[in-house]
Amino acid sequence: MDDDAEIIAEFLVESHENLDQLDRDLVELEQQPDSRERLSSIFRTIHTIKGTSGFLAFNRLEQLTHVGETLLSRLRDGEVVMTPPIAEGLLSMVDTVRALLDGIERTGRDTDPAVDVAPVVAVIEGLLAADSVTEEPDVSPAAPAATEPAPPVAPEPEPAPVAVEPEPVAVEPAPTPEPAPEPAPTPAPTADEPWDGVERRVAVDASVRVDVDLLDDLVDLVGELVLTRNQLLQRSLGSADAELVRASQRLDLVASELQESIMKTRMQPIGQVWSKMPRVVRDLSHQLGREVELVMEGHETELDRSLLEAVKDPLTHLVRNSLDHGIEPPDVRRAAGKDPKGTLTLRAYHESGQVVVEIADDGKGIDPATIGAVAVERGVVTRDQLARMDGRDVLGLIFRPGFSTAAAVSNISGRGVGMDVVRTNIERIGGSVDVASEPGRGTTTRVRIPLTLAIIPALVVGEGGERYAIPQANLVELVRIEGDDLRRQVEDLAGAPVLRLRGKLLPLVSLAETLGGTAAADEALTVVVLQSDDVRFGLCVSEVHDTQEIVVKPIGRQLKALTMYAGATIMGDGRVALILDVAGIAGTIGVAATQQEAADGRAVATDDRTALLVLEVADGRRAALPLAAVARLEEFGRDRVERSGTSEVVQYRDGILPLVRLASAIGLPDTSDQGEQISVVVHETSTAGGAVGIVIDKVLDVVEVTVSSSEVGRRTGVTGSAIVQDRVTDLVDLEAVVARSGVPA
Amino acid sequence: MTTVTTTAIRTAEQYCTFWVAGLFFGVAVDEVQEVLRRQPMTPVPRADRAVTGLINLRGQIVTAVDLRVRLGLPDREGDELPMNVIVRSRGEVVSLLVDDIGDVIDTAGVDPQPAPSTMPRAVQDVVRGVRPLPESILLVLDADRAVDVSTTPDTTGGNP
Repeated sequence: MDDDAEIIAEFLVESHENLDQLDRDLVELEQQPDSRERLSSIFRTIHTIKGTSGFLAFNRLEQLTHVGETLLSRLRDGEVVMTPPIAEGLLSMVDTVRALLDGIERTGRDTDPAVDVAPVVAVIEGLLAADSVTEEPDVSPAAPAATEPAPPVAPEPEPAPVAVEPEPVAVEPAPTPEPAPEPAPTPAPTADEPWDGVERRVAVDASVRVDVDLLDDLVDLVGELVLTRNQLLQRSLGSADAELVRASQRLDLVASELQESIMKTRMQPIGQVWSKMPRVVRDLSHQLGREVELVMEGHETELDRSLLEAVKDPLTHLVRNSLDHGIEPPDVRRAAGKDPKGTLTLRAYHESGQVVVEIADDGKGIDPATIGAVAVERGVVTRDQLARMDGRDVLGLIFRPGFSTAAAVSNISGRGVGMDVVRTNIERIGGSVDVASEPGRGTTTRVRIPLTLAIIPALVVGEGGERYAIPQANLVELVRIEGDDLRRQVEDLAGAPVLRLRGKLLPLVSLAETLGGTAAADEALTVVVLQSDDVRFGLCVSEVHDTQEIVVKPIGRQLKALTMYAGATIMGDGRVALILDVAGIAGTIGVAATQQEAADGRAVATDDRTALLVLEVADGRRAALPLAAVARLEEFGRDRVERSGTSEVVQYRDGILPLVRLASAIGLPDTSDQGEQISVVVHETSTAGGAVGIVIDKVLDVVEVTVSSSEVGRRTGVTGSAIVQDRVTDLVDLEAVVARSGVPA
Repeated sequence: MTTVTTTAIRTAEQYCTFWVAGLFFGVAVDEVQEVLRRQPMTPVPRADRAVTGLINLRGQIVTAVDLRVRLGLPDREGDELPMNVIVRSRGEVVSLLVDDIGDVIDTAGVDPQPAPSTMPRAVQDVVRGVRPLPESILLVLDADRAVDVSTTPDTTGGNP
C-alpha cells in the first residue's frame, strides 16, 4: 500500500509540473495553431497522465484524458483544425484534470464529487462529433491504458535528448530544469511521436529532485556551522597553536563556501511564477475584450524559493491591473493611433543585490490629476496635502489603503484587494514597489525584492541588556544628539517627543518604552531613523552595535500576535536576538502616515543649511564631506586591505571596494593606519552599484551648518575651507578624491 | 468513579515525568523530543508572562513556556534553575520550564482517571487525566494546551 502511495505522490508532482507546461503550450497553440511541436508536447503530457491514471485505476481521470487525447491526436494529425471552441474545450479539460489531481492529493482517490467530468467529456465528444470524424474503436473509458489510440506510425526508437530546441517565440521560457514527461510506470509506448528527436525539453539527467524540507534543514545546519566557526575562530585568534589557527582558517573558508552553495540550492528562476502568466493573460484578455501580447524577459532570474511563493499573488494582481486598467480595448487604441494589440512586458533582472521585476504596459497610463481627484474624494488625502505633492507622490497614492482606481468595480481587479495589499505583501518580505506612468503611453510598476529572505543585512542595537536587529531595508540614518543640541532639537509636543531634523519634525519613539520598560533620561540621544510605508519615525535606542548579516528564523505561535517582532536570529555568541518589525512598531505605537505629512507640511522649503560629516585626518586635521554623499560608515581590520594593481581594495558586500586614503588625496600625511582597524566612509558613485571607500582617521561629528566657504586652503581635493564648530575645516572635493580611485564618479 | 474512562484519555502508557511546584506531571514520551538543563534565554518584551524567553536549540528558535506561570502556581525561588522539557506540539517545538526531571515510567495496568474537579482551573485546563501510581499521582499533561498561552499582547506601560 505504501508503494502505491509513493507512486501516487510521484505521479502528482510530475503531473502538476506537466500541467504548467501544458497551460503555456495551449495558449501558444492558439497563436500558432499549426505548431506540431506544441501539439505533440501537449499530446505527450496528456498521454502520460492517461497512462498512469489507468495503471493506478483513476477511472474518471482516465476517461477525461482519454477523450482529450483523442481530440489532440486528431489535431496533431491535421484531421481537425484548431478553433477557439476547441481551445476552450482543451483548457477546460486541463482545469478539470487539475481539479481531479487536487482531489487525489487530498483523498488518494479521483472520486471527488465536487469535480464533474461528464460535462467536459460531453463537450469534447461534441467537438469530436462535430468534425464528423468516425468514432475510433477505443473510445470506451474502460480501454486499458496500454492501448495505443494514436494512429499507427512506424515505431521509431526514441533518440536520446539531443540538441536544445531552437526557441521559436520570445514568450516561451527557456527549458526550466523540469524533467520531460517520462513514460509512466505503464508500458505505454512512446514511439508514436515522430518529431521527438528535435523537440525534447532538456531531460536533466544531471539534476535530482530534493525534498524542500531537506533544503531547509541544510540551511539551518549551515547557519549552525557558521556560528560554531565564528566561536572557534575567536578562540583560535589568541592561540599560539599554529596548526589550530591554520585549520580554523580552512574551516572558515569551507564554511563560507558551503553556506553560499546551500543558499544557491534554494534559488529558483522567477519563470516558475511566470509560467502561469500566459494563461492568466489569455483568459483575462478574452474576458475583457483586449488584445494583448505578453513578453517575458529574464525568466531565468533567480531568487529564494520562499520569496517566489510570496511574490506570486502580488505579481498576478499587478498583471491583472495592467490588463484591466492599463491596456485599452482595441478600438480605443486604434483611435489613439496605437497598435490595437497592447503589449504587456514582464521583465526581471538583478540590480545591486536585489531582484527587480517590472510589469510594463503600453496602455493609457495613469493621469495624476484623476488620481489626485479620486484620492481627495475618498478622503485619502486632503486638498492641501495634494497641492504640495509632486507627480511621483501623487501616483504613490494608489498604494494607500482605501484607494481603488476602478471606476466600476470589476471582477478582475478592484475587488477591494487593491494596490495597498500588493504593497503590504511586497514590503512584508523586505521589498518595495513603485509606479511610473506616462499618460497615454503606459505604466511601469517596479517591484524590488531582496535576493533571499533567509539572510538579510541588519543593524544590531542594544536595549535593556538585550540586542535587537533592525532590517537595514528600513534604516534611513543614524542620528546622535548631545548636549545643547538635545535641548534645541528635541521638543515635547503634548507628551509626544519630536526631533527637528533638517527642518522637518520627526516623531520620536523610545525603544525601551515600546518594549514595556522606561527610557533612561540621558545626556545624549541615539536615534535610528526608520521608514516603513509612508511612516518615518525616530527610534531612540540605548546602544548601537554594528551592522551584520543575520539569518532570519521564525518565532513560535505564542508570539505571533506581537506585531513588533519580525522573527528572531542567532548572534555570533549563540544567543537569540529578536528582529524588530518596523511596520509593526509603527502600528503598535500609532505613528501614522498623516503625522509624517503634517510634519512635511511644516517643513521649511528653503533650507540652506547643509549636513556635513566632520572627519579627522592626518593627526588632528579636520575635513568635512556632505552627509548626503555618505552611504555608510564602516570599519575594516587592517589585514583585510588587499591590493589590486596599484590600488588598495577590500572585499565588501560580495564585491570589491576600492579605497582612497583621504589624507594623501588632499595633500596631507596619511596617518589612518595607526590602529588595528581603518575607518572608511563608503560613498556610492552615480554609476549603479559603484562605490568608493574613503579612508579617514576617524569620524568626529555630524553637523548642520550654513556653509560660508572661503577659498583659503584651496588645492587638489579641497574646494576650500569653512569654519565648522569654531574650527577651520577643509571642505573635501569629493569628485577629485573619488577620481583618485579610478572609479567614475 | 474508578471505572470512568473518557475518550479524551489516550492510551499511551509511557510518560516522561517532571515536577512543577510539588505536582508530579507526565507527558507521553512520543511527544517529548529531549530534556535539557537550563539554557541561555532571551526575554521577549510584551509577550505573555508565561513566555520566559527564546532559546537557541541547535539553530532552531524555541519558545520557553514556564509551567509555573502557565498553571498559575507560585514563582520559582530565585536560586532554583528550571529544566527544559522540549515537546513537539502542532508542528512546532516548544520548551516547558519545569522544576525537576523524573524518570520515564510505564503506567501499564494503572487505569487513567479524570482529573479531580477540585483542582484549580488553570491546572485542570492542561491536564488530560490522572493516573494514581503506588507512590504518587501522575497528572497527565496535554502538551498542546500547555503551550497554548494567551496570545493577546501585554499592552500595559504604553507609549505616547
